[in-house]
Amino acid sequence: MKRVFPILSVLTATLLIYALYQALVVAPTEQTMGDVQRIFYYHVPSAWTAFILFFVNFGASILYLIKRRPAADMVALVSAEVGVVFLLVNLVTGPIWARPVWGIWWTWDWRLTSTLVTWLIYVSYLMLRRFSSGGQTPTLAAALAVLGALCIPFVYFSIWFFRTQHPQPVIGGDGSIDPRMMHALLINWLAFVCFAFMVCWSRYRLEKLQRDVNQAYAMASLLAPHGSARR
Amino acid sequence: MTNGYLFAAYAATWIIHIAYLGTIVSRYSRLKREIGELKKPAVTSSVSSLRS
Amino acid sequence: MIAPTGITRVTLLKDLRLEWRSKDAINSMLFFSLLVVVVFSFSFDPTAEESRQIAGGLIWVAFLFAAVVALNQTWAREIRNQVLDAYRISPAPANSLFMAKTLGNFIFVSVLEALMTPLFIMFYRLRSLGPAWQLLLIAVLGTWALVVNGTFFAAMSLRTRSREIMLPLLLFPISIPALLAMVQATADILNGEGARFWIVLLATYDLVFTTVCLLLFETVLNAE
Repeated sequence: MKRVFPILSVLTATLLIYALYQALVVAPTEQTMGDVQRIFYYHVPSAWTAFILFFVNFGASILYLIKRRPAADMVALVSAEVGVVFLLVNLVTGPIWARPVWGIWWTWDWRLTSTLVTWLIYVSYLMLRRFSSGGQTPTLAAALAVLGALCIPFVYFSIWFFRTQHPQPVIGGDGSIDPRMMHALLINWLAFVCFAFMVCWSRYRLEKLQRDVNQAYAMASLLAPHGSARR
Repeated sequence: MTNGYLFAAYAATWIIHIAYLGTIVSRYSRLKREIGELKKPAVTSSVSSLRS
Repeated sequence: MIAPTGITRVTLLKDLRLEWRSKDAINSMLFFSLLVVVVFSFSFDPTAEESRQIAGGLIWVAFLFAAVVALNQTWAREIRNQVLDAYRISPAPANSLFMAKTLGNFIFVSVLEALMTPLFIMFYRLRSLGPAWQLLLIAVLGTWALVVNGTFFAAMSLRTRSREIMLPLLLFPISIPALLAMVQATADILNGEGARFWIVLLATYDLVFTTVCLLLFETVLNAE
């Protein structure tokens, strides 16, 4: 089992490099936007990967509420944290793309706004985990995760309607896509998902170690001979 | 000039990911050290409790 | 054994009676809203025609902040007198307590809104060009959305450090669809359009979140 992690890491890195090659070299240059459009191959798969991770968080949270398994709680924590990182990448690459193409850093368009609100919801989840104490954290966090996940469709739907009433310049573009571009996009998505899996695995191992250390501290204070314990 | 933005976007992506992985690695090695130190005094303290 | 609705009614009446005697929450909420109205008036010309666009947003921001004031002290009384522990041991269903608290908060915030709205209309010279009865519906649905989630998160925040900051941190992001609906619906109605979409959205939101909060409250109350 110990060798699986390094092997998969190398495979993932290879896939990422191949995906990068697809994005920068193989995919054709876009007509209107030029080379800067290639940001798309990182911007979009980051969001898709983040949403897969948030879905995992939703499932793990429900599993925890039903079965109360610590492993489920750890998966929930890990998937939310890594999801927030991937979504942050999406939120950062968005303006970097928007600036040269549309001349503005930010626009409150449908996708960007909804993504920002989703990010805020999961950051608030991480804050709850940080600020709540010990035993109750997994249960409270799981409850918040369920509420947050149910809120996401409302977020996207309400902001979509709002933006059909009050349109803003749309970042990300719509319309048909060249099959070679789609190919590069999907390769990058696959590479990101594998990368996300490896990052989650690392974070999971860290969390397991953290909990083991916490337990070791607890045991040490229980077993340590105290001067006042003598009767 | 647009290539500058392209580079910035890809660089930003990897900077964020590597920074996050960096925190994982540093916390992991610090915890490994801590758990090593925790396991050591257990031997000496159980000996001293036998004596008293 | 008392029926759950009986427990809800008893708890709610107790809260209302306590509040009526001290008037702590309602006074602080009123004063806070008034301050917000005045401070906002410095950032734009409240009587211009353009302010009709922003008025919807401002009113709801003021009510949101005031609601947070009320929500923060929702459980404070129970904590002080170990009532929550007694409740956990009793056979009373946790949902009755939740409904009582939520209804109590709903009444407090609604009273605040009823008192503040004439002030808003006067300060900002508001006039509704659209169907005003829809504004009432929006107020009811929107207030419920804020209060049901707020009461739930207030119970969650009890177990956290920095309790008072945790409540808005948790409440605001999840309330965004409801806030958007309230603000846009108010702006639309003031400008002469109907707000049917937003009303349906708010109603759906209320239904979903009330159900989930009721399902999860017992778990959160007993989180160990």
